[in-house]
Amino acid sequence: MADESYPQDLRYYKEHDWVRVDGEDAVFGITWFAQDALGEIVYADLPAVGDEVTAGSPYGELESVKAVTDVFAPLTGEVVEVNDALQDEPQRVNDDCYGEGWIIRIRMTAPGQLSELLDADAYKAFLDEA
Amino acid sequence: MADAQGMPGLDRRTIYEKSCCGRRAYSLPATDVPEVPLADIVPAGLRRQAPPRLPEVSEVDIVRHFTGLSTLNFGVDNGSYPLGSCTMKYNPRLNETTAQLEGFAGLHPYQPESLAQGALELMWELGEWLAEIAGLARTTLQPAAGAHGELTGLLIIRAHHLAQGRDPKRVIIPDTAHGTNPASVVMGGFTPAPVRSDARGGVDLEHLREVLAEGDIAGLMLTNPNTLGLFDEHIVEIARLVHEAGGLLYYDGANSNAVLGISRPGDMGFDIVHFNTHKTFSTPHGGGGPGAGPIVVSEELAPYLPAPLVENAEDGRFFFDYDRPQSIGKMRTFYGNFGVLVRAYTYIRGLGPDGLRRVSETAVLNANYVMEAMRGLLDVPYERRCMHEFVASATPLKEHGVRALDVAKRLLDYGVHPPTTYFPLIVDEALMIEPTETESREDLDRMVDAFRRIVEEARDDPEKLREAPVTMPVRRLDEAEAARRPVLRQRFPEDEEAGAC
Amino acid sequence: MPQGATDYVPHSAADLGKMLAAVGASSVAELFADIPEDVRRRESLSLPAGLSEVEVLAELRRLAAADAPASALVSFLGAGIYDHHVPAIVDAIVGRGEFLTAYTPYQPERSQGVLQSIFEFQTAICELTGMDVSNASMYDGGTALAEASVLAGSQTRRGKVVLSAGVHPEYRQVLVTETAGHGPRPQVVDLLAGAATDLAALERAVGDDTAAVVVQQPNFFGALEDVAAAARVAHTAGALLVVVADPVSLGLLEAPGRLGADIVVGEAQSLGNAMSFGGPGLGFMAVAKPLMRRIPGRLVGQTVDLEGKRGFVLTLQTREQHIRREKATSNICSNHALNALAALVHLSWLGREGLAELGLLCARKAAYLRARLLELPGVTAFTEGPVFREFAVRLPLPAARLAEALVPAGFLAGVPAGRFAGQFSGPAAAGLDDVLLIAVTEKRSRAQLDEFVAAVAAHLGAGDRASAGVPGAEVDRG
Repeated sequence: MADESYPQDLRYYKEHDWVRVDGEDAVFGITWFAQDALGEIVYADLPAVGDEVTAGSPYGELESVKAVTDVFAPLTGEVVEVNDALQDEPQRVNDDCYGEGWIIRIRMTAPGQLSELLDADAYKAFLDEA
Repeated sequence: MADAQGMPGLDRRTIYEKSCCGRRAYSLPATDVPEVPLADIVPAGLRRQAPPRLPEVSEVDIVRHFTGLSTLNFGVDNGSYPLGSCTMKYNPRLNETTAQLEGFAGLHPYQPESLAQGALELMWELGEWLAEIAGLARTTLQPAAGAHGELTGLLIIRAHHLAQGRDPKRVIIPDTAHGTNPASVVMGGFTPAPVRSDARGGVDLEHLREVLAEGDIAGLMLTNPNTLGLFDEHIVEIARLVHEAGGLLYYDGANSNAVLGISRPGDMGFDIVHFNTHKTFSTPHGGGGPGAGPIVVSEELAPYLPAPLVENAEDGRFFFDYDRPQSIGKMRTFYGNFGVLVRAYTYIRGLGPDGLRRVSETAVLNANYVMEAMRGLLDVPYERRCMHEFVASATPLKEHGVRALDVAKRLLDYGVHPPTTYFPLIVDEALMIEPTETESREDLDRMVDAFRRIVEEARDDPEKLREAPVTMPVRRLDEAEAARRPVLRQRFPEDEEAGAC
Repeated sequence: MPQGATDYVPHSAADLGKMLAAVGASSVAELFADIPEDVRRRESLSLPAGLSEVEVLAELRRLAAADAPASALVSFLGAGIYDHHVPAIVDAIVGRGEFLTAYTPYQPERSQGVLQSIFEFQTAICELTGMDVSNASMYDGGTALAEASVLAGSQTRRGKVVLSAGVHPEYRQVLVTETAGHGPRPQVVDLLAGAATDLAALERAVGDDTAAVVVQQPNFFGALEDVAAAARVAHTAGALLVVVADPVSLGLLEAPGRLGADIVVGEAQSLGNAMSFGGPGLGFMAVAKPLMRRIPGRLVGQTVDLEGKRGFVLTLQTREQHIRREKATSNICSNHALNALAALVHLSWLGREGLAELGLLCARKAAYLRARLLELPGVTAFTEGPVFREFAVRLPLPAARLAEALVPAGFLAGVPAGRFAGQFSGPAAAGLDDVLLIAVTEKRSRAQLDEFVAAVAAHLGAGDRASAGVPGAEVDRG
């Protein structure tokens, strides 16, 4: 498992998800805090390409041996790619949550929502409060 | 300290791996009727093509296989089993004798009632006794388990409201509740509405009033004493508030072992009660079941009980009454886990009211005895007497890098079955301990001593705990891999080749 | 210590004294001080006083003696619970304290016996049914069917389940009751005359709102159904096929999994378990791989320990209530582990050859009895076509009357179908009061079958003579 970190180039959502903007697309994953709380992930229940995701709503589930958690969409859009490697190796989310552990890529339909997301420092402050 | 468990050199293969072509155990009568060819009995399209790959073993093989497996287990018969909320008391062998009487075991559910009068009388009387113990009116013996009883009770609540022309959706559940409660609520067509616990471990009355004020209240599900082992002193007020809001009260009887003959849920204000016979009434757990979860309801709710009910006619005859037009229907086939109910009946018949009371008094004494001894060892978060169980926290051991899980695993090496861990959710690193009334003072001292040594080990040699257990037939198992790549049945050699599931 | 009652509390008066001192209480009553006075029970519970062990046993024997078990009579009762021989080794194994008194295997290191036996049971069910995944067992066939319906509903996100009336009427009732608050609503399709499923009507009832189609094999009246055709009807509409199967038949009958079933459920009491007045039984559920993460109930999986040694654990627990709570696939918290162990021992004893031989023996005895009964005047086939070990006949008088009359002759003649009349409609439902459902197991010798036929014949003959003696009387079809 990697050390705790919250990269500066990402944006964050209060349900412990990160966003990487890539042109019209956004890539989602869960933060170090979330994967640490969940424990070793054994299964990812993910949407299909073409599905709609809505900001603030869950789009999938991650399971460890003893827990299940919803994964929330920070932004609204249409799924254009799913990290299929998570089918066989869901623990990538633990080992490299910002890299190989990415979960889905969407085409944003409301990029204005980006301004509502937290930057790394604000997210870290949010974690400290909790 | 226990030695390595299991017989030396135990063959740990599965029964399938022990199979050898042509071996057989069975014997069947010779065919004494015309030997009609299979083709004339079963049409081609329905005939079995490939036989099921059941074992090919001799009878001796089977007996040795399962005898060997039994040595890898740990039951109440082996030692202390202080699992909180499970009430692992001794399972009297007298119950086994009576349940296996041919006049009970050999009954078909559809045989004429005139030929099952003993069974019917037993069911009727058990229903009366449970009603007396619960402090309510009528019993159904149908539910097969506590969770099943919960669903039955919730469907009765639903029927009650619908009959009044209402359809409220919310059932209040405390944050200390067992997982079956919210799951049952959803299956009953309701939504769970959580209520917080206060500093003394009971329902937070302030928060309850807020939740009730939001309206749409179908009822409240509660265990009393709760899963912290504490009696909620506000129970009468809680009942009044919920009834005022139009809701009904459901009693989860999992913790009844604390209050038999001392306080009855009906007198506390509950409308529906379920009992777990495999907890309170000594029926054996069997490695996971079968149990029974009979429920008792108030007179007002009796019309909704599942049909049939056992009735006693004026001429003394017992019969099944199917004429119950407001019944919610049938919760299972036939009448109940009758074989389990015979055991519960036997237990209650032998103990009588004084014996049942003594069960609770001793269960509570034993739990307090252990709790006092544990106060110096672990964190016991509530400063009051407990009832039949208490919750300790292993949080003080965190500084040594030891968690409740490690304590539990090391207890196995000391020959004590671990308590319930990580429940209830509101206590960090929870260890829920319920000794039950059938443990002797020495058994309890031995149990506490094991905890004492483990706390010492946590300070002096924490690695020992993190590696535990070391004397069991297996070490800690890779549960993550089991969940990631589930293998849920035997892989036969031909499956491996074919790359099958 | 109480006199004259059973008591399992080990403490002596001396023990009590020491323990009270240790907790700082002068009496046990002090320990209950938290209980408010207005909910304290001061009087003794109004229950009969306790009894010593010898007296308890005498009491229970008295009750048991008022029952007539199957061993006292020649029984042809079936309808979901069957009088098969339970091999002697079953009770010897199941009665061992390490199996009987163990809890659910939440601490796997100390429960490998339970876990491995469940793994072997799951394997056996998969082998019998031809499915990929079996759970660790459920309460009974009826609740297993209710759970299968909920599973199909959540998998397909559709709101209706279409059942053939050939599914056991009690199972259908349980399905209706248990899904009243949650799950697809059921719709029943009547049987044809001859007691087989009406596939054309089934097809008409199934649409894009259908989560599952359910048939039973053999069906309630013993008819053998065209499971593959039912699979086509279901799958064409995008629905799942649920088959209610009889495990004893699966040595002879094709596995439902090979005929297109997506979910197989049923009652396995016939294997290793006494009839016990209908409970505890042994429900089972097996599914195709895509449903693995939704199947309710416990699952045991294979894994390795820290040293690479094989072991077994409860797995995929995230489906279950103790983790998912209100989002669980079901509220089921237990299984019928001991009954499953009994079934596993019985299946191991039978083995692959024995199960087929047992099935063939029962089927031949049933065929023989059926043929002989159908030779009697006025007796006609209610179930037409091939059957396994159970079939229904239509009598020229009420079946309940015949059954009652044959008891003094030492027979439990069969289950009068009229008691289920409320659960049937259409062509198969007319005159159900005259229909008798008869099951034949390996315990019925030819001599018993022949005596039974003679007894039925005698009663039918007596019936004819009794009514013929009254001028102008109709034969009473009451």
